[in-house]
Amino acid sequence: MEYRAPQPATAAVDDARRPPSVAVRLARDPKVVCAGGFILVLIVLALAAPLAAPQDPLAQNLLMATVPPVGFTGAEPGFPLGTDGLGRDVLSRVIYGTRVSLTVAFTAAGLACLIGSLLGLVAGFFGGVGDALISRLVDVWMAFPPVLLSILLIAVIGTGLHSVILAIVVIDWTRFCRVVRTETMGQAQMDYVVAARAIGFARPAILFREILPNIAPVLIALLTLEMGIAVVVEAILSFVGLSVSSDTPTWGGMIAEGRQIVHEAWWVLAAPLAALFATVVAFNQLGDGLARSLDPVLRR
Amino acid sequence: MTMPRLAIEALSAVSLRDGNRPILRRVSLVVGTGEVHGLVGESGAGKSTIAKAILGIIPSQVRVTSGRIGFEGRDLLSLSSGELRAVLGRDIALVPQDPSTALNPARRIEAQMTDGLRLKRGFSAAEARRRARALLDEVQIRDPDGVLASYPHQLSGGMRQRVLIAAAFGLEPKLVIADEPTTALDVTVQKQILRLIRALQERHGTSVLFVSHDLGVVAKICDRLTVLYMGKVMEQGSTAEVLTSPRHAYTRALLAANPRYDRPDAGLEPTPPAVVAALRAEIAAFDASAAGAADG
Repeated sequence: MEYRAPQPATAAVDDARRPPSVAVRLARDPKVVCAGGFILVLIVLALAAPLAAPQDPLAQNLLMATVPPVGFTGAEPGFPLGTDGLGRDVLSRVIYGTRVSLTVAFTAAGLACLIGSLLGLVAGFFGGVGDALISRLVDVWMAFPPVLLSILLIAVIGTGLHSVILAIVVIDWTRFCRVVRTETMGQAQMDYVVAARAIGFARPAILFREILPNIAPVLIALLTLEMGIAVVVEAILSFVGLSVSSDTPTWGGMIAEGRQIVHEAWWVLAAPLAALFATVVAFNQLGDGLARSLDPVLRR
Repeated sequence: MTMPRLAIEALSAVSLRDGNRPILRRVSLVVGTGEVHGLVGESGAGKSTIAKAILGIIPSQVRVTSGRIGFEGRDLLSLSSGELRAVLGRDIALVPQDPSTALNPARRIEAQMTDGLRLKRGFSAAEARRRARALLDEVQIRDPDGVLASYPHQLSGGMRQRVLIAAAFGLEPKLVIADEPTTALDVTVQKQILRLIRALQERHGTSVLFVSHDLGVVAKICDRLTVLYMGKVMEQGSTAEVLTSPRHAYTRALLAANPRYDRPDAGLEPTPPAVVAALRAEIAAFDASAAGAADG
């Protein structure tokens, strides 16, 4: 066995000298790289949709209806994923569909996260009457069936992108509130919070400077998961015709249209379904990877 | 006798959860300028309650019923939370008990050490960093830059306690509350930490209230001692006096209970029943007279 000289107490960080920066750690995580890369590609496609799409997503051509994708008999050049029942290019529509999906994913999940976490932080840290009120509100809120609530909400305020976002925020802020409240309560018991109070830090400063960084990994993971959920919810609402107007391409709307002609033209259903599936998986994997590589204790 | 820096006068506290059971019984103690004052007693004696009362972080189920905590002519108990926050971190700092939990696991050492300097001393980010580096040098950390860039879990327990000590003394407070700062450390590290606290304290002329249950530890570092039992002061005096010729039966019992390496068969004895009975009677008599005074 190898003999190792005893180390003096001052030689501390020998194994972990400069810990790698956050960026380096993220770049080393395969989940973050693959899923994040995929979502980055989606973002670029959504922003550059007019350049990336081979055809006008709204241009109908009944002579070119239900053309199959490349590689199948009867495929036409210029329509790599075929066309739908009205002769519109499926690939172009899927690319334009990312705009609605990502808009909803980022704004709805972001707003739900912001509102839910703020309430959760306050409830978990200050406790008392505020905590009791917020917690009861969450309990009541969660007891309400979410699908019913969103359909009811949209029936009242009307369809459209804003309504979809609002419906998701109104329903899903509770998810953040619950988790953040519990996490905050746990962190508030820790000695480092006592130590911060003993230096004379005000309570809001402790909450945001000391506690928030500790729950950030959980929060970011939850936010990414929520983005996946938001994409699905938007697709469902589009599917039942409660989202944006039907002349804007959405994955949910395409799935609804494709369902009717699935026996003649399966690709009209398959393409948006695959896009939806891959996007949700990517958000979930990204959340998982971020949670792992952002946690200062788990990462070693 | 030096000029007092901290003067606790007749501090009493009760536990609300436990039917108003007294936790502190008219505790008075004085910590002079540049003095290391040991506060000793077994667990539950009320040592930590005193430390927390000074820092204004008493748990909600404990209430201070009377007394004052004089610090530089002001009663800390009568300050508003804003006024107290101004004093904490600038004039009074804490060296916490458990270095494994007293540092924030999600923040680098640099951020945690510079927080107080920037907020309480008005340092710029660059100045605070330089100062933090110098402080780590002062507590004999060999690779200050590496430590500043680290997260707490990458450091050993002794290193973390050095960081906490550096952070506390770095604020140049007039009083440092050391709440059992060596309890969570092994014996060899303990000794280094004690020497370090003593050296920093002497260099900066800081007063230290050193809370401990370990007589061996306080013997090494404290100038004066207060022995506490069930929230009542049993004995006060210079360390040498109290440890070599204890006047109170409880102090003698406490000393006898200390394990001795030279005589493995000695020590570790429970406090003799007669002493316990006498102590109980003393506490009961005190409570009765306190109740009588309150009625009359």
